[in-house]
Order: sequence, then structure tokens, then C-alpha cells
Amino acid sequence: MTADNRDQSKKLMLQEAEEITYKERIWKYYLRKNVVPIFFVVLCVFGGYYSGLSLPFLINEIITRMARNSFLVISLIIPILAGMGLNFGIVLGAMAGQFGYIATANFQMAGFSGFAVTTLISIPLSILFGWLTGKLFNQAKGKEMITGIILGFFANGIYQLICLYFMGNFIPIRIPTMLLSTGIGLRNTLDIKSMHYALDNLWKIRINIPGFIFPIIIPVFTLLAVAVLCLAIHFLIRTKLGQEFRAVGQNRHIAEVAGIKVDRTRVIAIIFSTVLAGIGQVIFLQNLGNINTYGSHVQVGTFAVAAILIGGASVSKATIGQALLGTLLFHTLFIVSPLAGKNLIGDAMIGEYFRVFVTYGVIGLALALHAWQARQKRR
Amino acid sequence: MTGPRLEMKNIRKDYFGNKVLKGINIAVEPGEVHAIVGENGAGKSTLMNILFGMPVIHSTGGFKGKILFNGKPAPSSSPEDAMALGIGMVHQEFMLLPGFTVMENIKLNREPTIPNIWSRFLGDKMKTLDIQKMRKDARASLEKLDLGIDEMLKVAGLPVGFMQFIEIARELDKDNLQLLVLDEPTAVLTEADADTLLETVKRLSKQGISVLFITHRLDEVLKISDKITVLRDGEQVATMKPEEATVGKLAELMVGRKIQAVTRKDKCETDMECPEPLLSIRNLHVEMPGEELHGVNLDVVPGEILGIGGLAGHGKIGIANGIMGLYPSTGEIVLNGKPVPLNNPIAALNSGMAFVSEDRRGIGLLLEDSIEMNIIVQAMQSQGKFLKKGIIQLMDFETSRRHTEKMIKDLDIRCTGPDQLTRRLSGGNQQKVCIAKALTLEPRVLFVSEPTRGIDVGAKRLVLNLLVELNRKAGVTIVMTSSELAELRSVCDRIAIIYKGRLEGILPPDDSNERFGLMMAGALTHHMKEVS
Repeated sequence: MTADNRDQSKKLMLQEAEEITYKERIWKYYLRKNVVPIFFVVLCVFGGYYSGLSLPFLINEIITRMARNSFLVISLIIPILAGMGLNFGIVLGAMAGQFGYIATANFQMAGFSGFAVTTLISIPLSILFGWLTGKLFNQAKGKEMITGIILGFFANGIYQLICLYFMGNFIPIRIPTMLLSTGIGLRNTLDIKSMHYALDNLWKIRINIPGFIFPIIIPVFTLLAVAVLCLAIHFLIRTKLGQEFRAVGQNRHIAEVAGIKVDRTRVIAIIFSTVLAGIGQVIFLQNLGNINTYGSHVQVGTFAVAAILIGGASVSKATIGQALLGTLLFHTLFIVSPLAGKNLIGDAMIGEYFRVFVTYGVIGLALALHAWQARQKRR
Repeated sequence: MTGPRLEMKNIRKDYFGNKVLKGINIAVEPGEVHAIVGENGAGKSTLMNILFGMPVIHSTGGFKGKILFNGKPAPSSSPEDAMALGIGMVHQEFMLLPGFTVMENIKLNREPTIPNIWSRFLGDKMKTLDIQKMRKDARASLEKLDLGIDEMLKVAGLPVGFMQFIEIARELDKDNLQLLVLDEPTAVLTEADADTLLETVKRLSKQGISVLFITHRLDEVLKISDKITVLRDGEQVATMKPEEATVGKLAELMVGRKIQAVTRKDKCETDMECPEPLLSIRNLHVEMPGEELHGVNLDVVPGEILGIGGLAGHGKIGIANGIMGLYPSTGEIVLNGKPVPLNNPIAALNSGMAFVSEDRRGIGLLLEDSIEMNIIVQAMQSQGKFLKKGIIQLMDFETSRRHTEKMIKDLDIRCTGPDQLTRRLSGGNQQKVCIAKALTLEPRVLFVSEPTRGIDVGAKRLVLNLLVELNRKAGVTIVMTSSELAELRSVCDRIAIIYKGRLEGILPPDDSNERFGLMMAGALTHHMKEVS
């Protein structure tokens, strides 16, 4: 009898131990799965503490940056689903957006109507650029990312040619202040004050927080645009086209045999991405109020990619949640890291260094962590 | 409808001047099971790719000849066309998306959809997927196959046996299916699964679906087909009814040369006469998942072919993998009087042992590299061969090319040249490349695991002959592991049987079937104790 009891209790203990190890394993699994975002959450909290910024100020900054950057980051999702990796080619979309602004600034348009026309002009340009990018990517299957990076550099060259030489030469510009003193080529900075906050200011909610000077400002329509985009992507994934994206993304050959037009699907994915990036850049610039003619688009790809990677996406898997979380973490880090660096090390120059360090370091780190994760998984 | 459902007339095809099909004529009646047999590389798969309009055909210059489907010329310019006609194909390699569920795979690109506001403006592609209907359809076609699998499971984790059935379910789901092409469907299945599959095929043909059945398992062919076409080197050698055929006759037609056992018996009968072992294995434990070894003692005599047999899962494969350092192991290995460290692949290679792995495509070959690179890479890495002398070691292209060409000639590797990627080779030729790679190391002992797995009859014989020749002429000692006892008995001098991770005993190859059978089942222990 006693022996029986002892056996029973032993069994129970074993069961308990098993349960604990099971729980532990699940916990470890999730930890491992989300190691990238968790790492950056820790970094953000740490940086936020040492930056010395007040919470309302920080929240305000984050809301602004979420509103103006989310669109660009979300534009990366579809090519990832379609197996084309991180689309560095969204730089071309950003250029389309800027061409839109150059046109509307030239016609001296203002306010929301100017913003809307800019968007409308950017879309056909984005479709054209996306189509060309997609065609190129189809010639470089499996190497889309590096092709996209180099394409960005190359397109930048053509963009500079158009803006520096064609504008004012072949392309008439009505507003002399847009041009350099020679009358050929656009100035370094393009003023679009007339369309500053065109979307943001449609409806802004101010929330006063007792004890702080700055209210929290919420640009409702910009955030609404992001929300609509999220819903649209969510819907798209559940359509026939979305299913084709996912099938092509998993295995081009099998999709082809099933009768899916692989090349066409891939081009469509890139066109989607480029158009969204174009609109994203238009939203981004209306918030800034001026365009760095030769610089605003350059790092769009890198920043968006860094953001989505931080959110826990990989080159083959991404969700809307990851894109949003990534934008949040990346820009929080962007806000706090220069100040934290300055406060910790005590050099003003360190701030600028920190920005660059954060962006590229983040991409490298996120890719390395993903590689590590993939190896863990294989085991 | 009268007349054959499918006619392929005088089909010819060449890949870059290499003729792979030389005028094939095939006619398939409604409800007929038509088997196409032939060695790997005989042109079976190419023929089916033509029928199915695979892009690989059109990107390499198309084909010549005519295809009639139900008496009408079939365009067959893309898989879509073929599917529209009612041709379904189950490919040799699995055409399932691992990240999709069973249901999504079955309905791939034929998903039922529900129109919505957006689809009205932007076209059919924007229609929402009808998940409920997808599930129902998938369920229905799975049930036609008596498959009780949950249609919402992801394909990724399913056992291999299921995948073939899911593929067939996918083809069945097509309403207009008239002709089903099965490309070596039983190659990866266990016997029981294969039987179920054959029964399913029979049942489908009774429902009026024509089946083109490609295989090189000859007994299957006789069991289920109504007509048999034999291909050899791109030529149509014969078309006959199964009543006229026997396994021997088909094999002979396929290979085009008589199959005979390798004659042997020019060696010492047993190990007793050869006192000094070349390789001695003491207390070898190997942690190879599914093939664990728990303490094996075995001696290998110089100049012999030692066979290692036993049932799957008893550890026979673990011996070579353990000694070569591919899986964690403990024990003592002495080669030619010198101890060899375990768990160290480079040391094992340098000590004069080479290994032809059973996992040809995984471990044996760099599939994306040329034949040349495959053959020399191991010798270059471990022994520093094919390198120019100097501070910076550069590859010596001249000697490596000369060596590769010699190997291709000596081993009769059928290829377009040393630069051909090994992925493109047939199974038998891939195996020859693996052997060439091992030989380049000039080993004292050559381990060969499952040398004929996944290779057709003719190539099997060639590979085995090659091993015997190496042993007799070049004096290489060979340790050959195989699941096919007949194969071991045809080439080995002694056969060691592994049972439950331990050496059960060693038998001469001409011992009785009964004794081999008993030993593999572990029932002969009381007859023979430790032999070596």
C-alpha cells in the first residue's frame, strides 16, 4: 500500500515536472520567436529612460512619426509575401511622390486639393516605375534585394539628371524660386509650405495633459489613411490575388505548374508596393513641409526595411502587426537614441552618429538575429 | 466518344543537340491504365513534360510531333492549357506548398471565390476566397481516396506517404479530369502505401479516367496496367499488353542488355584465413537518429568487400556515418595499425577512408555545382590535391579537368561534360559522381551506403559492377551497406548483419535464405556468437 502511494506521488511529481518543462519550452519558444522585437523593446525603454524626454513629448513625436512613416513600411509587406524579399525598390515610389510634388508646386497648388492632386500624379508614375522594377526583378529572381538596392542607386542617378538638368531646360518650370540661380536645375530644398500638414490638419484632436505644456496632438485623417491601408492589405491577402501572391512566394515552380502566371503576379506585387510607397512619400512630405530634392528619397528604402525587420518580420514573412510594431520601435529609437547618447557620453556630435549607427546597425543586427533564429529552428 | 483519348504522334525532342526523345507514339484509350517504363534518363519525364506543356520544354526550344486529345489537336503550350483539356499530373517531386494547408493545396489556383464590391471594378482577381466551399470540395476529393486527414492541416509536417495522395486528391478535384499522369508515384512510398495507391489508380480507371503511369518498379506495372510502353534512351522499344510481358522481359527491354549476376569466388572464403585486419572497429556507439548503434565490434580484412545488412532502423547505416564523423559516436577505430579519432570528418578522410553517403542529394553532392567541382572538392579540401604550389593556394584547373575527364571516362558517367550541374544528372550518374569523388581521395577503405537506392535496374548493375571492379583491379577494400540483401549477396565476400544496434553475426554470401532471414530477425543468436 505504502509502496503504491509512493509510486503514485512519484508519478504525480514526474507529471508536474513534465508540465513545467512543457511550459518552459513554450515560453522559450515564444521568446526565441520574438527575440528581435523584444531586444528592441528593451533598447527603447532603456534609451527612453536616459534620453530625459517627457512622456507626452515622446508620445507626440511617436504619433507624428507613426502617422508619416507607417505607409512606407506597410508597402513592403506584399513583395515579402510574394517571395521577393525586402523591396528596396520602393525608393522609386518615393521618387514618383516627389515628382508629384514638383508638379503641384510648379502649378502653385495648395492645401488638401494640392495634396490630392500630388497623390493622383504620383500613382501613374509609381505604376510605371513599379512595372519596370518588376520586369527587372523577374530577370534577377532570387536576387531581388541586392538588385533593388542597386536599382535605387541607378534610379537616383536618372532622378538627378532629370532634376538637375532637364528641369528648367526641357521641362519648363514656372516658379523661378524653385530653380537654381542659373535657371537650370532644381534647388536643393523645395518649399511646399502651401501643402504643409494638408492631410494632418484636416482634423487634429488635441488632448491636454495636466502638468505638461504640450498637448498630445492626433492627426486623425493621416492615421485613418494608415488604418484603411491596413484593412485593404488584410482584405487583399484574402482575395484570389492574395492567395496567388502567397503561392508564388512559397514556390515559384509549383505555382507555375498550378497555372498561376508567376512573372505577372510578381510584377503586380511590385507595382502595389511601389504605388503604396509613392503615396507614403507624399504623406511623409506633407508632414515635413519641404523636400530635400536630392536627399528625401535616398534612405526611404533603408529606413522602411530597418523598421519592418525590427518589428519581427523576415525576408520571407511579414504581417501588418509587425510592420506597425516595427515602425513604432524604430522611430522611438530614432527619437531617443541621439539624446540618450548625448546624455550618456556627453557629446553633441554623438547624436548624429547615433542616428546613422542605429539605422544600419539595426538592419545588420536584425538580419543576424533572424539568421540565428533560423539556425535555432533547424535544430 | 470513339477513338483514343490521347494520342502522341512521333514526338521528338532534343536538349541542346542531345536527342532525348526519338519519335515516340502513344495512344491511350478512355479508362485505360497505360504504363510507361524505362530507366532513369530514358525520356519518360521529358515525354510527360511535353504533354503537360511545362515551361522547361518551351524554354529549351520546344518539341516536334503532334498531340491529339480526344481526336483534336491539343495546343499544349502551357500547364494551363493542359489542365483546361482535362489533363492532370502528379509530378515526381512533390508539387505541394508546405506553408499551405491541405485544402489550400488541393484548391490551388482553382479557389472558389465570392464577388465583392472591389472585384466589380478591379476584376476577378479581387474576389474573396470562399473558405467554406474550399473546405467542402477538398473534403469531398479526399474522401474519394478514403483519406481521413484533416484538410486544415499544413502540409509541412505531414508524412511523405500522405503527400502523394494529396496530389492525387488535387487532380481529382478538377471537374473535367480525363487523363491523370502519375510520374513515379510509388518511388517514395512504403509497400503498404504503394498498394493502396495502386488500388486507387485501378478504381479511378474504372470510373473512366485514363491513367498514364510512369514507373520503374516492374512488378507494379504488371499488376495494374492495361498496356505497357517501354522506353530506352529516348526510343520506343516496345508496346505490349501485360499478358505478353514478364518482369524479366521488361527489364531486358528496358536495359537492352542481359542482366546477370556478377560472378565471383576468387577470394579467401572467410576472414579466418586473413589474420591481420585492415580496419578494426571496437565497441562503436553511434547516435544517429533512427539508426543507433550500441557497441559494434567488427574487423575488415584487406582487399575484401564486406557487406553490412539488416532491417531498417537497426543501425546498419550508423556504422559508416559514425566512423566518418557525421554523427556523434564513441568507440575505438584502428586503421592499418593507427588509431583514427572519431567525430572528426577531416581526420577520417585523411586517414585513408572515403564515404559514399546514402543521402546522395543531401550529403553526397553539391547539387548546384559542376561534376568537376563535385569530384575534386573533397580531395582538394582534405588532402590539398588540385592546388597550385605557392603561398596563396589556387585551384589547379588543368589537373582537375584532366582528372575529371578521366573519371567520366572510367566510370562511364553519362553527361554533357565536366561542367554539367550534378542536379541535372539521373540517379545512376549522380551515384557514379559520388563514387568518383570518393575514389579521388585514393582511399584504403571505401564505405558505400545504399549505393543503388533510387536507381533503376540497369544503372544498379553498372554501379555494383563498378564496385566489384574497383575491389578486384584497384584493390580497394569496400564496406558496403545496403537494405537489399540480394544485392549484398551478389557482390560481397562476407555479410555482417546488424540487429538492434549490435552485430548479430557474419555470414558468407551463399548461405541459405533461411539463415539470413533468421539472423536479420535476431533469432540466430543462439547459433552463432560473436564471429570476429
